Amino acid sequence: MALDADWAERWVRRTADAVADAKDELTELDRQIGDGDHGENLHRGFRAVVARLDDEASGRGAEDERTVGDVLKLVATTLMSTVGGASGPLYGTAYLRAAKVSGRPQIDPPAVVAVLEAALEGVSSRGKATVGEKTMVDAWHAAVEAAEAAAGGGGSEVDVLRAAAEAADKAATATIPMVATKGRASYLGERSAGHEDPGARSTALVLGAAMAAALSGPTPADPRTSA
Amino acid sequence: MTARVALVLVSHSAELARGVAELAEQMAPDVLIRGVGGGPDGGLGTSLDAVQKALADVLTILADGVPDAGAHDGGALSSAAPGGVVVLGDLGSSVLTVEAALELDDSLAERVVLARAPFVEGAVAAAVTAHGGADLATVLESANASVRMFAAIEAAQSLEAGGATSDGASGGESQNSRTVTVRNPLGLHARPAALVSRKVAELGAAMTIDGVDASSVLQLMALGATQGRELRVEATGERAAEAVSTVVEMIEAGFGEV
Repeated sequence: MALDADWAERWVRRTADAVADAKDELTELDRQIGDGDHGENLHRGFRAVVARLDDEASGRGAEDERTVGDVLKLVATTLMSTVGGASGPLYGTAYLRAAKVSGRPQIDPPAVVAVLEAALEGVSSRGKATVGEKTMVDAWHAAVEAAEAAAGGGGSEVDVLRAAAEAADKAATATIPMVATKGRASYLGERSAGHEDPGARSTALVLGAAMAAALSGPTPADPRTSA
Repeated sequence: MTARVALVLVSHSAELARGVAELAEQMAPDVLIRGVGGGPDGGLGTSLDAVQKALADVLTILADGVPDAGAHDGGALSSAAPGGVVVLGDLGSSVLTVEAALELDDSLAERVVLARAPFVEGAVAAAVTAHGGADLATVLESANASVRMFAAIEAAQSLEAGGATSDGASGGESQNSRTVTVRNPLGLHARPAALVSRKVAELGAAMTIDGVDASSVLQLMALGATQGRELRVEATGERAAEAVSTVVEMIEAGFGEV
């Protein structure tokens, strides 16, 4: 089963739900080492994404074929316009670069890997961050490595996304003892150790939603009730 | 409006963006300057939509102004001259949002550049440079050079301190080196510093005032030269004597403030 535009839509709707549920947790993480707006900002952004998807669905004819990239491009521009903090352009660029490599109706496991690679490239080039600086790049990087390995071993789309989600989750947890050297948390220096990076945590949520959306299959039931 | 390069100043705060734009406009009244600030919800942050709108507005105004500027300047500023927009951002998300806007619209890349400069100093330096009709690359370089201002001032001051002990021998007057006393009460504050630096740039002279680069409005302001201070005006190059006497006259006239 290849992943299509409907999967991409389920992915972002699930992400919106996951962010809504974790809003307070993300904000609390960000209050400890950032400026305390990560949860609220992402929540506002993904709420706007869902509203635009709803709008678009009502205006779309049954024969209009969407690509995966169409959905991801909509996410990119909406997040950039509505988030307001640094995570807007960072996630926005991730989705934008991902959209550029997924401009077709369906994507297979190697293409899923390419999407994740493009997102990582977007986040690290926009944020000028590399691995080990206690940022969302740590989670994206771990996800890409795991996804590459899974796809290389002949894994399915679900296998690739599961590997990515699990690796991102572990990588987010692994940011706890790290000292931040990029982003707002780096202003705290040594004091940033002992706290999980909120961007790495939200990345794990995003990729967890990608896996859940692939597992939930192409049933037309409202994806928001099965989270 | 004769300048062919405009500025867009992007801040987390609408008030900060407006304030810096006001300051820069006062020092460079012929330059189109637009301040953009605040998030999508009106609080602190950056709005992509607002940045895109400001860029589009400014580019439209520049495009409309080109034939007009060409006519007035007798073709000196031809419409083919590389005009455009220099953008400055204050912190994190402002800069990231501008970069994202440039990535979203490839057509902006030729005419819009993002400076890597301190927000206030870069805006003032870029505005004063743009005022003289400089092209996009020159205005960008002026903004970017502002980051080196503090080091340049310290170097000039330590030279001055070292030179003061042996000053007796080297303090002579010549056409290329004169001493002038500041007459107006507020001295070389923002407006007079902008007047002097713009004139120096216009004359194309390599000039220092008390050791600092006289074409840099920031370095002139940092001298903190108030009424009664003696300043050493020195220049090199072909038109050095003319440049020195012009600037000495400006300072002696008190910039219309005496």
